[in-house]
Amino acid sequence: MSLLHWAILSPFLLAVIIPVLYKLFRRVHTGWFVLALPVVLFSYFFLKIPAVRQGQEIKETLKWIPSLNINFTTIIDGLSLLFALLITGIGSLVVLYSIFYLSKKKEQLHNFYVYLLLFMGAMLGVVLSDNLIVLYMFWEFTSLSSFLLIGYWHNRERSRYGAQKSMLITVFGGLSMLGAIVMLYIMGGTFSIRGLIAQAGTIVDHPLFLAAMLLVLLGAFTKSAQFPFHIWLPDAMEAPTPVSAYLHSATMVKAGIYLVARLSPLFAQSGVWLWLVGGIGLLTLLWGSFNAIRQTDLKGILAYSTVSQLGLIMSLLGVGAAAVHYPQLGNENIYIAATMAAIFHLINHATFKGSLFMMVGIVDHETGTRDIRKLGGLMSFMPITFTIAVIGTFSMAGLPPFNGFLSKEMFLESMVSVLSLDLFNMSTWGSLFPVLAWIASVFTFVYSMMVVFKTFTGKYQPEKLPKKPHEAPFGMLLSPIILALLVILFGLFPNMLTETLIKPAAASVLGDVLPADYELHIAFWHGATPALFMTIGIIAVGLLLYVLWPKWKGLYKAFPEKLSFTNLYDHALPAMENGSFNLVKLFMTGFIRNYLVYIFIFFIGSLGFTIYLKNAFNYSTIDTAPIGFYEVVLAAVIAIGAVSILFVKSRLTSIIVLGSVGYTVSLFFVLFRAPDLALTQLVVETVSTALFLLCFYHLPKKFRKEERLKFRGTNLLISLGVGTVVTLIALSAHSTKLFDTISKYYLDTAYTEAGGKNVVNVTLVDYRGLDTMFEITVLGIAAIGIYSMIKLRLTKRGGKKANENK
Amino acid sequence: MKTNDIILQTATKVAVFIIIMFAVRLFFSGHYFAGGGFVGGLITSAAIVLIMIAFDLKTAKKIVPINYRYLIGSGLLVSSFTGLFPVLIGKPFLTHFYSYYQLPIIGKTSLHTATLFDLGVYLVVVGVTMTIIQSIGESE
Repeated sequence: MSLLHWAILSPFLLAVIIPVLYKLFRRVHTGWFVLALPVVLFSYFFLKIPAVRQGQEIKETLKWIPSLNINFTTIIDGLSLLFALLITGIGSLVVLYSIFYLSKKKEQLHNFYVYLLLFMGAMLGVVLSDNLIVLYMFWEFTSLSSFLLIGYWHNRERSRYGAQKSMLITVFGGLSMLGAIVMLYIMGGTFSIRGLIAQAGTIVDHPLFLAAMLLVLLGAFTKSAQFPFHIWLPDAMEAPTPVSAYLHSATMVKAGIYLVARLSPLFAQSGVWLWLVGGIGLLTLLWGSFNAIRQTDLKGILAYSTVSQLGLIMSLLGVGAAAVHYPQLGNENIYIAATMAAIFHLINHATFKGSLFMMVGIVDHETGTRDIRKLGGLMSFMPITFTIAVIGTFSMAGLPPFNGFLSKEMFLESMVSVLSLDLFNMSTWGSLFPVLAWIASVFTFVYSMMVVFKTFTGKYQPEKLPKKPHEAPFGMLLSPIILALLVILFGLFPNMLTETLIKPAAASVLGDVLPADYELHIAFWHGATPALFMTIGIIAVGLLLYVLWPKWKGLYKAFPEKLSFTNLYDHALPAMENGSFNLVKLFMTGFIRNYLVYIFIFFIGSLGFTIYLKNAFNYSTIDTAPIGFYEVVLAAVIAIGAVSILFVKSRLTSIIVLGSVGYTVSLFFVLFRAPDLALTQLVVETVSTALFLLCFYHLPKKFRKEERLKFRGTNLLISLGVGTVVTLIALSAHSTKLFDTISKYYLDTAYTEAGGKNVVNVTLVDYRGLDTMFEITVLGIAAIGIYSMIKLRLTKRGGKKANENK
Repeated sequence: MKTNDIILQTATKVAVFIIIMFAVRLFFSGHYFAGGGFVGGLITSAAIVLIMIAFDLKTAKKIVPINYRYLIGSGLLVSSFTGLFPVLIGKPFLTHFYSYYQLPIIGKTSLHTATLFDLGVYLVVVGVTMTIIQSIGESE
């Protein structure tokens, strides 16, 4: 156990203690106990920056299941460190915020912080694990803890709905990812990500490569809410706002981004990767930003905005993968900048989206509503919140002097650079990339403006607000203020990030492609590039659209809610339930006859097919004995008896006919020289016939009416089929004698070894006495069973029947 | 419902002994001729059933005052102890021994542990058959 392992596991350990602390110290807000941990962890990871900056990898291994190649191997490199800092840093701020957001008296705080700590530990595990199985384990832990957090207010129907939806979608993706991991293990023989990347050259040509890649992407896309799996994210907004800020803007939804970035060196060679990651990302960007505008709930807008921003990062990673195809360009490689932009925007998004969610939480907390139709004119009541909102939204919209402007410029530049790609048909369709990116950016601008101006400016409507608005307490404002300051700080001094975080992270994503002396310089004024003109266009068109919003509102009627994927999900889930219910109802009828039909059809099918497939039917008359007169007569009697049972009217007759068949069988035993069997058969047949008669006597009156067996075609076919198959098998088995019988030994030694002359009896009690022993045990059980069924009849309520009390 | 079935009852008194003797004969001759514990047990129960038919359940119980459920258990015990005994002296389970002895009255006879095993079978079969018939007969 190294310090790094303790760092990952410490949130889990603290989660165990938290309920105890909650019970012991009811006066102190439990959040204060939690707060220390992420702060300590943040400092721990922060101190790793210098080492990672010099290109070191800190690797620690803890043996878990060495025999299966599963070990808890953790590695800190640029990418992991960046994520770890985000998780712990924003984690600290969110915990601080939640202390003021969640009431000490009304809320089940211990639950909340246990889930939150589970999530934090799981997230750290995901980003720091090198072993894919361990990564998967933590991955599912994030799904699980996120499920618990979304359903935190479990009395609300919408919370439960959102939790279930996110669970189903993310676990579906997680399981696909597990499939991919298994495939990767088959291809590379290791679960280690580094080990797999080292073999990237050979894995590309493996037939399972494409399948593994698609499954990995499925996992990443579901987790990161990419199109069309984005539908769980807006419903996850039922969670408490600190959770939305933490999980659904800064960390969990970026787990998919992390996975794509982490496995990029493995898959980037493939054109499918480039197209899928880039294309789906762009589509998500467009669809998310387009849908954000129509939302009326502030958190809904932010949810769709998160979806769209994640799409942006994803598309940048897709374009960045193109860098692998131009290694000869070196320092001039324009696609490297796309990866850099992705990482930069990742950081930026975490800062401004976190602050925006907290801002919305404050508005919700202080006014009682998040509906932008009810809000307005809050600027004078909540000046600090307003300032935070302005900084966050302007950064989101990509306006200077905030960090969003810089990453958006880099994004647009990267999208323009797609035009010069001559890979995988990019030259024909690649021109769509900058166009779509530009349109999406316009939408982004519009909804960003809506968030800030519809909430804080315009008419103040006090009659619609449940509470009288006033500024939030300072503790609540502290976290968003810190994030907003970071937004400005990163905006004004972006180059403090480039060497420390962005370049090491990009080195993890790009591998060898990144030249050691690559210079990334981010500046506000980067010359009159196409990106700058695009930004000017975005602002101009965006302002126009925002002002004219009531005029083009009608456009959304062309995309009614019915056509959304949420609607599809809502209908598909009950349809699946009904479908499986109906399917089961179709064959689980409750009638024994039907089940017998299935069993016999399966019997006929499997055995008949095997005979046909193996060409197993075999018939020879070599071993057969001559047929005598008596045998023919007895066989005829049995046949007549067996067939006539089918046609007799009364049950009494059929019992007697059955008895006659039994007695004929005992005659057969006589004929075939089996006196013991004949004797036993005779007595047993008598007893069983008597029992049948007894049953008949006790039949209720209405079943005693005489009625012929109903004719059914299926019954006839199935019984003929069973008979035929059994006959065929018996004939084949008899015609295929593989070895002599062992009965000669018994005949020879019955007297000399066992001192008896009746070989049957000697076999029963001596040679094979064990069988006999258990047969009499079976008889004993049967007798006791019958006795208990008759004597110990219980009533439904569990008591004995009064008249059975003997 | 008391009918006058004196002929049946008188015949039964004679027949039961013959049937039981036949059953005993089948049981003891099992190792050399057709027969054995199973058939012997079935036919013994047939004799008791005959008593039940000729008289009634209560009388039959008085004549044969046996709890048949204990019979099942003791039969299983006899069989399993016959099997377990060889284990105590280091032989495999259910090893049988036999030898010839000069017995008074009967003369030279072979005694075989397999007969003890068969006795267990006999007891179980009688117990099972009679338990079933008695429980069904007594139920309403």
